[in-house]
Amino acid sequence: MDDIDRNIINTLQKGFPICEAPYLKIAITLHITETELLDRLKNLLANGTLTRFGPLYNAEQLGGGLTLAAVKAPNDRFDEIAGIINAYPEVAHNYARNHELNIWFVIATETPEHVEKTIRAIAQQTGLTVYNMPKLKEYFVNLQLEA
Amino acid sequence: MDDIDRRLMHATQAGLPLTAEPYQRLAEQLGLSAAEVMARLTAMQDQGIIRRIGAVPNHYQLGYRFNGMSVWDVPDGQIDELGRQVGQLPFVSHCYQRPRHLPEWPYNLFAMVHGKTQTEADSQIAQIADVLGTANRANQVLYSTKILKKTGFRSP
Repeated sequence: MDDIDRNIINTLQKGFPICEAPYLKIAITLHITETELLDRLKNLLANGTLTRFGPLYNAEQLGGGLTLAAVKAPNDRFDEIAGIINAYPEVAHNYARNHELNIWFVIATETPEHVEKTIRAIAQQTGLTVYNMPKLKEYFVNLQLEA
Repeated sequence: MDDIDRRLMHATQAGLPLTAEPYQRLAEQLGLSAAEVMARLTAMQDQGIIRRIGAVPNHYQLGYRFNGMSVWDVPDGQIDELGRQVGQLPFVSHCYQRPRHLPEWPYNLFAMVHGKTQTEADSQIAQIADVLGTANRANQVLYSTKILKKTGFRSP
């Protein structure tokens, strides 16, 4: 990753234009060609520096359900439990954390009721208690990190 | 949001096409005009259905190895004011109130911090503790050790 990559990442975290040739528009501000921007973007996605590029949908605004949940996976079952949880398409994000509650995941569903159903299914399939921690209030969100 | 918006959402779930005219490409896939695709994406963005169109980095790959979910037990009567103050700290990426699970999980305020070093993360946590003062009855920091899955929906 060089300075041009860093510039691309920082710029594209802020947003992306909706116009006929948006990559060209961004490329011009970065003083590179459209082809170079596309090539570098493909590379950043392929090597995992970027996990995604595109519209970020807000599950709640879609009228869907959203929650954060956690389980205490015994160490000898960690991979199995993580695999079970990841297999649910409703699980949007999943992180391992250094705590007795060691697997933390976000459930995003098309209807609010479906959240509870997914939690029950995961509890049943893993045999673990699922701690449901839905957001009660949002005080601040800003996802950007400087590269 | 209607069926066409939903189809547009599904078509972009994996990301935006990496071609010179991505909205034209989507339009061809969906049998729409590029103008309609652009108008609908703009409308969804204005309504907040699309938070933004952009890139999501892997924190670790950018050198942010210390991604801490700091959790705090603060009095319910003070949490709104304290949550807003903590949310204003420049290094806090998310700040939420969530339910306690007593007795083992007394924490109701969550603030995510991101540091390139343990020292940096420790300093961020100390600054949150300063803001909370005596309202902080107990706290912990849970560091992520691995991304197990990450898709296009935003974190709550």
